[in-house]
Amino acid sequence: MKNWRRKGAVVLAGFEQQEAAVLRGLVSQLEDMLRARAEEAPQDELAELTGIRTGSSESPDDPVLSRLLPDFYRLDPDNPTKEDLDSAAAMRSLHEPELLDAKVGVATLVLETLPRDGGDVKLTFEQADAWLSALNDVRLALGTALDVTEDMPDELPDDDPRSPHLGVYHWLTWVQEGLIQALTG
Amino acid sequence: MSGSFRDTMECMSTPVLAEQTQVDPLGGEVVAGDTPWRTIVWNDPVNLMSYVTYVFQKLFGYSRDHATKLMLDVHEKGKAIVSSGSKEKVEGDVAKLHAMGLWATMEQPS
Repeated sequence: MKNWRRKGAVVLAGFEQQEAAVLRGLVSQLEDMLRARAEEAPQDELAELTGIRTGSSESPDDPVLSRLLPDFYRLDPDNPTKEDLDSAAAMRSLHEPELLDAKVGVATLVLETLPRDGGDVKLTFEQADAWLSALNDVRLALGTALDVTEDMPDELPDDDPRSPHLGVYHWLTWVQEGLIQALTG
Repeated sequence: MSGSFRDTMECMSTPVLAEQTQVDPLGGEVVAGDTPWRTIVWNDPVNLMSYVTYVFQKLFGYSRDHATKLMLDVHEKGKAIVSSGSKEKVEGDVAKLHAMGLWATMEQPS
């Protein structure tokens, strides 16, 4: 991969075919998960009449989705108060539809701007911000699934089932870091 | 939060003014007599130090130094108050931080 560089009002990078396939695959999977979550939202007549959408009021069971869609209140993991639970539920159903739209939106933009067979990617700064969010979402998803810690080694023992995926995670970190440096450097 | 050692050293060498850790008092309209709400960002092992700093600058318009100071608070102390104000303002800030993938919550100190 040719890492990100800024040229005037755009940022550029070049992806190998395999790299594009890996990134597109992960972004598509995440997009599917987010769309599925959006479809679980309750349908009610009031929402259809007013156009005000309500999302699910409960935190997703799936740890990946739960990390991407956090609660608005810090809940005591063992003994949350009823008041906190109610407040968090209300906030979630109010804000989750918009949050899902934002996350699906940045994922879609990556799929639109990253050629299927690899090649050059050219982004405006606005598109680059969407890429940053999408790369971050994919890293959060993978990091949660792999149970990544602060002091994660570069490589795990070969017999660790997470070993091949960790390489992808570290590569994504490198891609995201490169994009931030290109935007701020 | 993850970040290379070199990143940390670069951040540490940035002069940071202590008073800048104060939250922006003009960040939102506060009804007299109401305790302001605050936006907390929590540490997590995935978000990059450079990314968190970038998000604070982008969302709140903070200077690089101030954004870096807040990021280091999150990284080293486990959390930081990144904005405060009315419930509506803080609620909006938390929503924006969630869209960028940061782990944020809101609270009203009692």
